[in-house]
Amino acid sequence: MGMTMVEKILAKATNQAAVKAGDVLEPRVDMAMSHENGALVINQFSEIYKDTGLDAKVWDPSKIAIIFDHRVPAESSKTASNQKKIRDFVAKQGIVRFHDIRGDSGGICHQILPEFGYVRPGNVVVGTDSHTTSHGALGAFSFGIGATEMAAVWALGRVLNVEVSGTIKVVCEGKFKRHVAPKDLILHLIGKLTAEGANFKVIEFHGSAIEQMSTSGRLVICNMTVEAGATSGIVPPDQETIRYLQEEAGVKDKLDIFGPDPDAVYDQVITINVSKLEPQIACPHTVDNVKPIKEVAGIKLNQIVIGSCTNGRLDDLAVAAKILKGKKVAHQTRMLIFPASTRIYLQALKKGYIATFMEAGAVVMNSGCGPCLGVHQGALADGDVALATTNRNFKGRMGNPNAEVYLCSPAVAAASAITGVITDPRKGGK
Amino acid sequence: MAKVVFKVGDDVSTDIIYPGRFMATVLPTETPQFAFIDYPEFNAKVKEKEFPPQSIIVAGKNFGCGSSREQAASCLKGPDFVVVAKNFSRIFLQNAINLGLKMVICPNIEANEGDELEFTADQVINKTSGKSFAIVALPKARQVIIDAGGLIPFTRKLLLDTKGKH
Repeated sequence: MGMTMVEKILAKATNQAAVKAGDVLEPRVDMAMSHENGALVINQFSEIYKDTGLDAKVWDPSKIAIIFDHRVPAESSKTASNQKKIRDFVAKQGIVRFHDIRGDSGGICHQILPEFGYVRPGNVVVGTDSHTTSHGALGAFSFGIGATEMAAVWALGRVLNVEVSGTIKVVCEGKFKRHVAPKDLILHLIGKLTAEGANFKVIEFHGSAIEQMSTSGRLVICNMTVEAGATSGIVPPDQETIRYLQEEAGVKDKLDIFGPDPDAVYDQVITINVSKLEPQIACPHTVDNVKPIKEVAGIKLNQIVIGSCTNGRLDDLAVAAKILKGKKVAHQTRMLIFPASTRIYLQALKKGYIATFMEAGAVVMNSGCGPCLGVHQGALADGDVALATTNRNFKGRMGNPNAEVYLCSPAVAAASAITGVITDPRKGGK
Repeated sequence: MAKVVFKVGDDVSTDIIYPGRFMATVLPTETPQFAFIDYPEFNAKVKEKEFPPQSIIVAGKNFGCGSSREQAASCLKGPDFVVVAKNFSRIFLQNAINLGLKMVICPNIEANEGDELEFTADQVINKTSGKSFAIVALPKARQVIIDAGGLIPFTRKLLLDTKGKH
């Protein structure tokens, strides 16, 4: 019987010829990522070793990455103390893939991992962040876990008792129309599957629209598979994956290019013709409450956000800059832009996008998670309505349960910033 | 037998259980003060420790969807709640098992605040309405961790056993 992508990766990570959905395994981990919640992982890690007489050393410091992104720079003394605790820990343990608050190597964890070549096709990646699903874009099996689970990984180098997920195959054919983007595809899919439609499943992406999609776009779709409950999203690695890792991430070693077996068994197959897609909007207060833009156009907006691990990459900023060039953000609308990494920030600066945003009246913030989860900056007032290229719109998400968040693509966000209401980029402006 | 003290609907996210703005608080002894904080009446009672251990929260589908933040499980473990839901989101389910929070998967559960529930090996009996509802077992892959009392004691034992062999 043939194997899916995840079955192939888990067979390799457990030295077996074949595994199948439902098997319980303990796969080796190639990359274990945490952000500020590493502080909690450290507590749990110490707890495991308490009274054992064993030396509390992580299994392999070269396979651990810690990236500060949720609250950078620290917004409170409590966060600053958590960050200090992590700094001390990485120094003591010899963890070198540590990204502190710096202008030359900082950013959001799900951008840093691909950008620095920390993930390779065929890897098993775990992260103490639900959007760890992102790295499936590079052909890895990559999923979110909690802090205690990560503490066990730090101790053992493997994930305990992993049940091999069943897979939903999503075949995307056709060509995106102008101002329709991978974000619209994934919002459409989440609306179709619902918030729990892929719970405990992996979503494997195929089809000509995926083959022609950049790694940046693949990161968008894999990132948000968790919003349908998926354990992970995955794209079979191809020439584009090699191009990205070699040219953009500077990876020198040989890369393993593989696909699922032709007779792999899937739980479900979904086909989407992206040529027919319109810009999509996820409406309050669930990500699966997805509507085509024409049903919500005209809703007044107080805040627009472009950024996050979903849509804060250079191509996202390029789309927004093109629309905003020479225009102004509407009166009484605030626009916040946060590039996903400092590398992207610098590239955007050199290309003139940052100047375009500032001249339009947008505020460009430092790289990080920013307002997305309401912990740091850009909190909403009671009754505020926000439109964001981020990934969640749960009640309270942007810091206030009495506010509303709509989710969209960068093109929709930029076009709407000019008018101050939800606007179809194909109609607004030029 | 224990009482249902709080009832919530489908797709209750970790942003509702434990909002992101309190994520800098990580200690399990401190997280319960922020449990369901945007539901002030319930949260006040949690803070005042008004609920006896094993008090029940009843939820709909996909409880705990969203973030991997473990505080969403630890804030309910502290007051020793039992969560009965139609089903749970994957990461929340694993976090809760790792921390030893008691969860019951009961796809057809019907219960209201104030109802008294009793648990058998395979059923939830609503003593107030007189109806019974089948329980779906937690993932079998995780049973060994539940039996060990959580992932920390489980991992500690594994490490000690491995060391013993060398």
